[in-house]
Amino acid sequence: MTALQLCLVFSSALFCVGLVGALARSNTILVLLGIELMLNAANINFIAFWRFSPSPAPATGVMFVIFSIAVAAAEAAVGLALVIAVYRHQKNIRLQEANRLKG
Amino acid sequence: MNAVLIVIALVTLGAAAVAMTLRNLIHSALLLIASWAGVAAFYLWAGAEFVAFAEILVYVGAVSMVVLFAVLLTRRSRADLTVTPDSAGRAISGFIAGGAVCGVLVGAIVATPMGVGSSPTPTVTVKQIGVQLMGTHAASLLIVGVLLTVALLGAIVIASADRTDDSEDTP
Repeated sequence: MTALQLCLVFSSALFCVGLVGALARSNTILVLLGIELMLNAANINFIAFWRFSPSPAPATGVMFVIFSIAVAAAEAAVGLALVIAVYRHQKNIRLQEANRLKG
Repeated sequence: MNAVLIVIALVTLGAAAVAMTLRNLIHSALLLIASWAGVAAFYLWAGAEFVAFAEILVYVGAVSMVVLFAVLLTRRSRADLTVTPDSAGRAISGFIAGGAVCGVLVGAIVATPMGVGSSPTPTVTVKQIGVQLMGTHAASLLIVGVLLTVALLGAIVIASADRTDDSEDTP
């Protein structure tokens, strides 16, 4: 197994840890943290392909990851603000009980 | 070379997996800090130093603090930090879905021939990154700046207390 394949296996395993966390837990903050782990796994893929490409274009993968980290930071801030808003309305952050929009 | 990568991967994955199974939210957040530090170590290993330090600044420094504040703001008492256990069916279906995705991904990766030898580590200096950010990617940089500003303002608006609907809060 080459080093590139090791990196890709690492990132898929991290993605699946995040996926299991986002699917199996019912606490909203843990679900958000699982999504953050999945975003990190995608960034690892960018860096791995940039590192092991035969003729790497200068800094393309690095640029992609920098913008991705910025978007992920915005997503985390908005998500946690939503968590606080949901908690203020129903005094609870369990996902099963956030069904006010259900109709 | 590969041994360092395997050690980094095991530490990162172990911290993330334990964080996703713990009951105490504070412990989960602290273990995820270790996991993000492991990802930063991977970036250092791959030769992307700027991204590694950006990861440490953004995730280990900022996102973890936001998560800890959210955990502390959404609890009612000291004993409220431990979440109630989830239903077994939900956990089992989550594990089945995650395991299936992991199997498919790893199978595809191992089965794909990737004819990449030990190419030399590409070097990218901070000066190159700055020139690219201000030149080729200047429009993207502006858009990301506007996006961050709008998102953070929106987060403040969403999370700020509105005094008007206190009376109608009781169902």
